[in-house]
Amino acid sequence: MSKVTYIESNGKEHTIEIANGLSVMEGAVQNDIPGIDADCGGGMACATCHVYVKDDWYDKIPKKTDGEEDMLDMAFEPSQFSRLSCQITVTDELDGLVVKLPSKQG
Amino acid sequence: MIKTDALVIGAGPVGLFCVHQLGIIGLKSEVVDNLDKIGGQCIELYPDKPIYDIPAVPECTGEELTNNLIEQIKAFKTNFHLNERVEEIKKVKKKWITKTNKGTEFESSSIIIAAGVGSFEPRKFPTQSAEKFKDKQIFYSVKNKKIFNNKTVAIFGGGDSALDWAIEMANTSKVILIHRRDEFRGAQASINKVNQLKEKGKIEIFTKFQLDNVDGNDELENILIKHDDGSKKKIKTDYVLGFFGLIMQLGPIAEWGLNLNKKTIPVNTETFETNKEGIFAIGDICSYPGKLKLILSGFHEGALAARGCFKYARPDEKLRFEFTTTSKAAQERLGVKK
Repeated sequence: MSKVTYIESNGKEHTIEIANGLSVMEGAVQNDIPGIDADCGGGMACATCHVYVKDDWYDKIPKKTDGEEDMLDMAFEPSQFSRLSCQITVTDELDGLVVKLPSKQG
Repeated sequence: MIKTDALVIGAGPVGLFCVHQLGIIGLKSEVVDNLDKIGGQCIELYPDKPIYDIPAVPECTGEELTNNLIEQIKAFKTNFHLNERVEEIKKVKKKWITKTNKGTEFESSSIIIAAGVGSFEPRKFPTQSAEKFKDKQIFYSVKNKKIFNNKTVAIFGGGDSALDWAIEMANTSKVILIHRRDEFRGAQASINKVNQLKEKGKIEIFTKFQLDNVDGNDELENILIKHDDGSKKKIKTDYVLGFFGLIMQLGPIAEWGLNLNKKTIPVNTETFETNKEGIFAIGDICSYPGKLKLILSGFHEGALAARGCFKYARPDEKLRFEFTTTSKAAQERLGVKK
């Protein structure tokens, strides 16, 4: 289990324990965190599980693929810290990860 | 008013196969889809991407799967009402009356919702101020390209739509292409062409920029774009085009009195009927314990929903279970020539 903190755009924080191996998207959906839609269910096909990884964590998580970068073109207000949360797998190394949620997903 | 046994909402793979399952038990169906083509997410999101988990098909693309499904239901001569979205439903004397945004009306004993995550709509600029000029000077698709002649057009996006329109308009308009990163994801030939046009001075390109604000009272006059480093740039333009792909919106389905669980419709797994008699939900839009959002699960759901429709369409008849291998009736319906 690893702790992940989701910060809503209004500043409200949710810290939850997620089993290693699940994605940051799945952790949010299973725990009813508002702000992650995940329309396609984790297929990297919709950009509605978009998050901003907290800057000091951004370089610590495995790099995004070209496919994810392409999909981020569609995301709502992408930034240089944007990721699709379905593509971030929870591991021990990511214990304490903090992601911020956009004001909406599209 | 079009009369049919079952109205299928959604022309994705699950809706298409459900048409097949309805057809072989002798039920007629009509299909409505908001997209301009058949295939749903398979054709809109991943026409060229491979799928490896269709039973007995080791590998196929979204487009191939769609084409094969269309071929499989050819004999039923199903009508597809594309570019139409179902807006209203109401029950009148045991029949469902359905109306689309184009005014098409259907009367059916059943409705099968195979709508995925809803209908596809263009993604818009996040900028609030852009809403004011939507469909006047800011567009998310091109309907009449002549209005852009001899005008300045700022095109946002990095995919094929953005590149294709930038190339197309380069000769007749002043084109400014703006994208959030240096890489474009469109076809390589289009990227090359855009770069050539840039060198010839026919297209101006700004990368690592996004729309920050729009400026103008009655008419849009300038746009403000913001670089990744925070610096801003003001650009005078007549029109703005945004090509950020499509997003799925549940839309009017949420207003029909169906039970909803987040954006999905709970069903019973015997017939995939919803809380409303005669309305079924299959594919990504339905939910039940153990639900998997797989195409193959949707096929199963469609087979059961089709049988669920039978009692409403043919209340005085008994449905006998048959195999297509041996059923003369099913083979006749499929147009099998012996």
